Amino acid sequence: MALAKKNKDIVVVSADLAESTRVWKFAKKYPDRFIEVGVAEQNMMGVAAGLALAGKIPLAASFAVFSPGRNWDQLRVSVCYSKANVKIIGSHSGLGAGEDGASHQALEDVAITRCLPNLVVIVPADYIEAQKALTAIVAHQGPCYLRLTRQNTPIFTNAKSIFKIGQANILQKGQDITLIACGPLVYDALQVAKKLAQQNISVEVINCHTIKPLDKKTILTSVKKTKKVVTLEDHQVHGGLGSAVTELLAENYPVPMKIMGVNDTFGESGTPEQLYKKYDLDQEHIIKNIKEII
Amino acid sequence: MPTLSIAELKKQTNLIRQDIILMLERAGSGHPAGALGLADIFTILYFQILNHTPHKPNSPLRDRLILSCGHYCPVLYATLARAGYFPLVELKTLRKINSRLQGHPHNLSLPGVENSSGPLGQGISQAVGMALAGKIDKAKHHIFCITSDAEHNEGQLWEAVLLANKYHLNNLTNIVDCNGIQIDGKTNDIMPLLSLRKKYESFGWKVLEMNGHNYGNIITTIKQAKNYQKGPVVILAKTIPGKGVSFMENKYEWHGKAPNKEQAEYALHELKQAI
Repeated sequence: MALAKKNKDIVVVSADLAESTRVWKFAKKYPDRFIEVGVAEQNMMGVAAGLALAGKIPLAASFAVFSPGRNWDQLRVSVCYSKANVKIIGSHSGLGAGEDGASHQALEDVAITRCLPNLVVIVPADYIEAQKALTAIVAHQGPCYLRLTRQNTPIFTNAKSIFKIGQANILQKGQDITLIACGPLVYDALQVAKKLAQQNISVEVINCHTIKPLDKKTILTSVKKTKKVVTLEDHQVHGGLGSAVTELLAENYPVPMKIMGVNDTFGESGTPEQLYKKYDLDQEHIIKNIKEII
Repeated sequence: MPTLSIAELKKQTNLIRQDIILMLERAGSGHPAGALGLADIFTILYFQILNHTPHKPNSPLRDRLILSCGHYCPVLYATLARAGYFPLVELKTLRKINSRLQGHPHNLSLPGVENSSGPLGQGISQAVGMALAGKIDKAKHHIFCITSDAEHNEGQLWEAVLLANKYHLNNLTNIVDCNGIQIDGKTNDIMPLLSLRKKYESFGWKVLEMNGHNYGNIITTIKQAKNYQKGPVVILAKTIPGKGVSFMENKYEWHGKAPNKEQAEYALHELKQAI
């Protein structure tokens, strides 16, 4: 809201999910800069592109399964090809969307966005980082995708640390293995590192909030030291953070690696905790995978 | 832009039609029928109606023309070149490697091209977005969108049409090329659109109709649309696909096929005789 007060070019475009995506707060304060397009995500993306080409900074907010899930062609041509300055905010991503079930759990959105030229892709780890990321993408000239979650997640990142697009943060230094995570699972990565430290396993934890452009330098420097990698994300194992890291390492510094994510299957209804456990993404499984590699 | 007489406008149109034939023959692929059919309307828009300055293509005060049916781009490129946006000689590079004239329009490649298009239905949403921005800014400029009749098969287009009514976008005019053909056949056979007039009326738009080759009719209708205050206006423009080239007129086979050298020479001969 402070951003919106400072920058008069910011407009919000919503597709009938103002309540769920919480953008109603903006709508109430700035009705002239709030556009409700109804249940029409393809048009939402196109309208946002038009607003951007006319000099506005549109934040287009919906559930990630619908946007960028349902309007990828519009994202590709109207936004990315034209370098339209649109900020796509996709909430309810991953298994964390929980009870709504598989149709509403975006598990492929990073794959379909990070392949698009000109698009920045960001997956913040918690509320504090999401706020910083929003400030950063508004300041960035060009299209950005910000992937958010529905569930309440632990707030653990440092409010004072600097957020820079394309710059991963090393949250915990270690020697034996590099654990690269994004989104709310970064919290679990840190918890795992603490537990393993007690067993004399030293884990380096990287919060890779920007999937694209990937922070090659930070990742390569860490991996050259530890020579082992586990990646962790609430997304399909195909096409997400794990794939991005694999592409980097395969060409530059191949090492033993495990990609943790949802393994080529749809989700189902349940609480996020139940789903993470059932789909092998809980702390127990992270520890198991790390031990198997080292 | 200095105001041209009807005779001068017609001459411009004829030259633009010749450009289209030459460009497509050289390119060896592309879409002649729709481009030729809209040449009269494009000439009138760029030489009579639009408030624009070709050497200042990004002026915030300009009227915008959004080409939603991107495959019509030969007529856009030829008109922009004739209006002075870039050298005429560049038309020869259409669809060639390293050209600014891409097979479908790219806003960042060529001055005067407002939007990227190709996948149908996307331009109208962007036009609505631009019109909304104009309303927020209380700007005076007008947004013209060009759509094709078959483009109305796309669901996204109707999403945009709904929204334009909701926000009473009286700074938006959608000109629909009603030429009755699409790539695989006649629109009535591929997907009957029934009454676009009734559809748009029920969506809350003001509906106007015009003969897309009658200059007096085109000028009056577009001016009426631009001045309409209550909401968005659609103009259903009846046109002949392939207009001006006898063997292309009303033939859906010429929707997406370039003329060969012999056909192009014949077409140019016909056009030159018509001046």
